[in-house]
Amino acid sequence: MEIIVCAKQIVDVSDIKIDDKTNEPILKGVDDKISDIDKNAVEEGIKIKDELGGNLTVLLVGPSEATENIKELLAMGADRAVMVPWDGSSSYDVVSKIIAGAIEKIGDHDLILCGEASLDLFSGQTGPRIAALLDLPQITYAQSLDAEDEKIVGHKDVGGKVVSIESTYPVLVTVTKEINEPRLPSLMDILGASNKPMDVWDAESLVSDDLQPGLETVEIKGVPMERKKIVFHDDLDESIEKVVEKLAKEGVLG
Amino acid sequence: MVLVYSEDKDITLELLSKGSELTESLDEELSAVLIGEDDPDQYIRHGADNVFVVKTDQETFKAEEYSDILVELMKEGEDEVLLLGADKNGQELAPRVASKLDTGCVSECTALYVENEDIITERVIYSGKALAVERFDSKPAVVTVPPKLFDPLPEDEERSGELIEKEIEVSPYPSKIVDIKEKESVGVDVESAETIVSCGRGFDNKEDIEIAQELANNFEGNAVGCSRPISADLNWLPEEHWIGLSGHKVKPRLYIAVGISGQIQHIAGIRDSDIILAINKDEDALIFESADYGIVGDLYEVLPKLIEAVKEKKT
Ligand SMILES: Cc1cc2nc3c(=O)[nH]c(=O)nc-3n(C[C@H](O)[C@H](O)[C@H](O)COP(=O)(O)OP(=O)(O)OC[C@H]3O[C@@H](n4cnc5c(N)ncnc54)[C@H](O)[C@@H]3O)c2cc1C
Repeated sequence: MEIIVCAKQIVDVSDIKIDDKTNEPILKGVDDKISDIDKNAVEEGIKIKDELGGNLTVLLVGPSEATENIKELLAMGADRAVMVPWDGSSSYDVVSKIIAGAIEKIGDHDLILCGEASLDLFSGQTGPRIAALLDLPQITYAQSLDAEDEKIVGHKDVGGKVVSIESTYPVLVTVTKEINEPRLPSLMDILGASNKPMDVWDAESLVSDDLQPGLETVEIKGVPMERKKIVFHDDLDESIEKVVEKLAKEGVLG
Repeated sequence: MVLVYSEDKDITLELLSKGSELTESLDEELSAVLIGEDDPDQYIRHGADNVFVVKTDQETFKAEEYSDILVELMKEGEDEVLLLGADKNGQELAPRVASKLDTGCVSECTALYVENEDIITERVIYSGKALAVERFDSKPAVVTVPPKLFDPLPEDEERSGELIEKEIEVSPYPSKIVDIKEKESVGVDVESAETIVSCGRGFDNKEDIEIAQELANNFEGNAVGCSRPISADLNWLPEEHWIGLSGHKVKPRLYIAVGISGQIQHIAGIRDSDIILAINKDEDALIFESADYGIVGDLYEVLPKLIEAVKEKKT
């Protein structure tokens, strides 16, 4: 089984502050990491590989510094990594074309795994776009997977229903956070990761199309959440009395 | 043309409402797409100029075949906008269609308008910390719209429009739906609740959620909500109660977060609440940064007293 897991490097959203003056999010100095749900995809890939045998390649299109974060995925158990440095447009149409190009260059692929969405932008576009570009069937939002040699079944929640979808390979699957708990690599695994192969490919060589983004970002505005932050921590009875008083004044007790 | 499609009838009516606003600014026609059996005239009465009634062998929604159908419908390349519902089906359909049409796509817009003949969208990013304003440089503009963002137009019995039958055959994909299990509906709708009492990991066991319900019962239009672990990890409450980035987004007048730490992914779902009250035993809990009022204390002590105090105040 040839498994490819697509991963994205993102900024740690919980670290983002909004600039008071410009009202723009401050991204400078914010830590970056592999998007959480992509680790669930890697974990699921490792489990399937352990059961059915095969190879697991992680693929990342993004800033060249991401090589550091990719090592974590190799330490988890991926066999090799492909890194495509890209600091051009992050529009989904552009990035998915580069990813699809890289998958074609990797060659054999039975199972392509992605997270349902990345934690920074949470659009959920990349998986289905890759599937469309490669003309593959897609199973999205899988909460559990039953993989066998010839076919795979994914189960997902669709508004009050559990829908099970079966496909032969090759297929693209996106997974949710509920599917598993990603393993934490041991120190030995982390040391071992540096010996695993990492190819670095040039984005332009992977795509024949022009990479004109279909969307242009006009503006990113901070959304300040203004809350009163009145916290009572002394005598409990008194705190409760005051809070109920406040809620009544706000007119929300009715 | 502006095209709207959702497999969910209610969402389709909401899309038509937004669609008719766009067609006015763009001076275009508004078409609804109906795949399978249903009454197409209702779409005309709710604002469509015409309805493509697609006949297909496909029994239920499947993203691969349905996107091929939509792509086939739009192959003339004249269409300006395609609006789809931002439910799970629409979310996997939209990027697939957009990719096949080599165009941009915006998921879960919060606003959509025409400015200098350009289609502009807004959407929430960074777990609600920011809003991205984007402009389409490609056609058609594929956009998914969350349910209930727009109100349907009132039904107009006088409206007339054309029903256009389309026979579209698409080749099947090697994937198939093998099972659909209805889950028991619990009949909770946190998204339209006026007051929500929400439970987090601070609760010791499932039975104690009853105390939260008891507090909630003092409010009209109430619902009990929860953080992700209560639903996803512990299974104490079904996902109808789950609030946050990957759960429901709520906008009650009063949100009471009990034993919830206030991680950004939870906050993402409660930003539109009018008033937030937090109860947490840790005075440094993040939730107090996102709350209007806070009580530092053990929920097992606070809740019974709060229930009494609320009852008293109301009589
Ligand atoms: C991709 C992704 C998506 C996510 N989506 C969501 C989402 O949609 N919704 C969501 O909620 N989370 C989501 N999360 C998880 C989120 O990051 C937090 O882990 C989660 O919200 C924590 O839940 P909690 O506050 O109930 O639990 P904890 O973080 O464990 O907090 C428990 C709190 O209870 C307090 N407490 C304990 N005992 C008591 C007591 N006796 N009385 C009073 N207070 C007490 C503690 O001080 C603590 O603050 C997501 C995470 C990821 C990575």
